[in-house]
Amino acid sequence: MTDTRERASAIDPPYDAPDYHSSGLRHPTRPLFALHAGPTELHGPVFGETAVRPADADLTTQHAGEPLGERIIVSGRLLDDGGRPIAGQLVEIWQTNSAGRYAHGGDQHPAPLDPNFTGAGRCLTGPDGEYRFVSIKPGAYPWRNHPNAWRPCHIHFSVFGRAFTERLVTQMYFPGDPLLALDPIYNAVSEPARPRMVSTFDLGTTIEEWALGYQFDVVVNGHLATPMVG
Amino acid sequence: MAVPAPTPAQTVGPFFRIGFAWLDTPELVAPSHPGAIRIEGAVFDGAGTPLPDAVLEIFQADPEGRFPPDSGPEWSGFGRCLTDEEGRYHFVSVKPGSVAPESAPHVAMSVFARGLLQRLVTRCYFGDETDANGRDPVLRTIGDRATTLVAAVAEGCYRFDIHIQGDKETAFFAW
Ligand SMILES: [Fe+3]
Repeated sequence: MTDTRERASAIDPPYDAPDYHSSGLRHPTRPLFALHAGPTELHGPVFGETAVRPADADLTTQHAGEPLGERIIVSGRLLDDGGRPIAGQLVEIWQTNSAGRYAHGGDQHPAPLDPNFTGAGRCLTGPDGEYRFVSIKPGAYPWRNHPNAWRPCHIHFSVFGRAFTERLVTQMYFPGDPLLALDPIYNAVSEPARPRMVSTFDLGTTIEEWALGYQFDVVVNGHLATPMVG
Repeated sequence: MAVPAPTPAQTVGPFFRIGFAWLDTPELVAPSHPGAIRIEGAVFDGAGTPLPDAVLEIFQADPEGRFPPDSGPEWSGFGRCLTDEEGRYHFVSVKPGSVAPESAPHVAMSVFARGLLQRLVTRCYFGDETDANGRDPVLRTIGDRATTLVAAVAEGCYRFDIHIQGDKETAFFAW
């Protein structure tokens, strides 16, 4: 670790975030132990090409018809915090349909399901750490955290770095979403780090008369929250 | 070149099944595999309520203490299990070899769930490795709470419950 690196507590949200009520009974209250990561934590799984098909990166072609909504392309790179690309590693995403409804039995939001949209995709990063998904823009959805609570539009992202220490699950948001300012999950992160979860609209990624393009780099740093002092 | 800023973690939320179920892989080896072991348990919140919406991932060495890619194409060392309605999970694997001098066999484990803004990380050790556990430098650092990291030997399995909060709170790590 060099001192140019941010402290993990300035990057990741705390386990205990009172405005996010689900964290109440689901955060540790004892000090975390500082682990000198051993060989087990410093290695990671290698996912072969066979695990993922190229078609898995296109969420708009998984059913007989096309899903409704605003077609988007989301692309970017998987990097470590030295800026080095992480090649050949797994990226998984999941999201709502364009109406803000998950294809999940537990989602009770009375918005329509789309028979042509499941909302799950995956790919392996290319030689330069690059990934690319075709999807539709997810919708905002209500949740019961507080009165009139709505999640901003987001895509859940799960990435594997090269080591167990670099495993990261995050959410990608969209620029200019008015719900971001009101969202306890987004705002659990320290203010300077929040914009790193927001994708950038990119005309270069946009395809004329077909889809809007967003860029989103995911940077893993292999750190977890700074241990609390016991 | 500018150093990129790390991306913060966010919760998996309640609907991760959509994205994670395709790789629900609790069996690292077939149950009939020579030396196969079963690790099972449940995940509990601070009220002692099991979490039906958690996902556990493990990573471990093979029996010779090797990791990918050295462990060959047959061994990824990775497993994922989505908890069931009663918060239960299980893995079928083999006991990992020792990966460092004095290090007792252990499995690295991540816990993701709604309500967890970032994953929790722990290690699972084995209750029938008393001597090795006694020498293990990580367990020694942890003191009395080391017992929360040692899976109990039960009938046909190792029992490893995870308590996120409370009297039986599992020891979690940061680095
Ligand atoms: Fe969500």
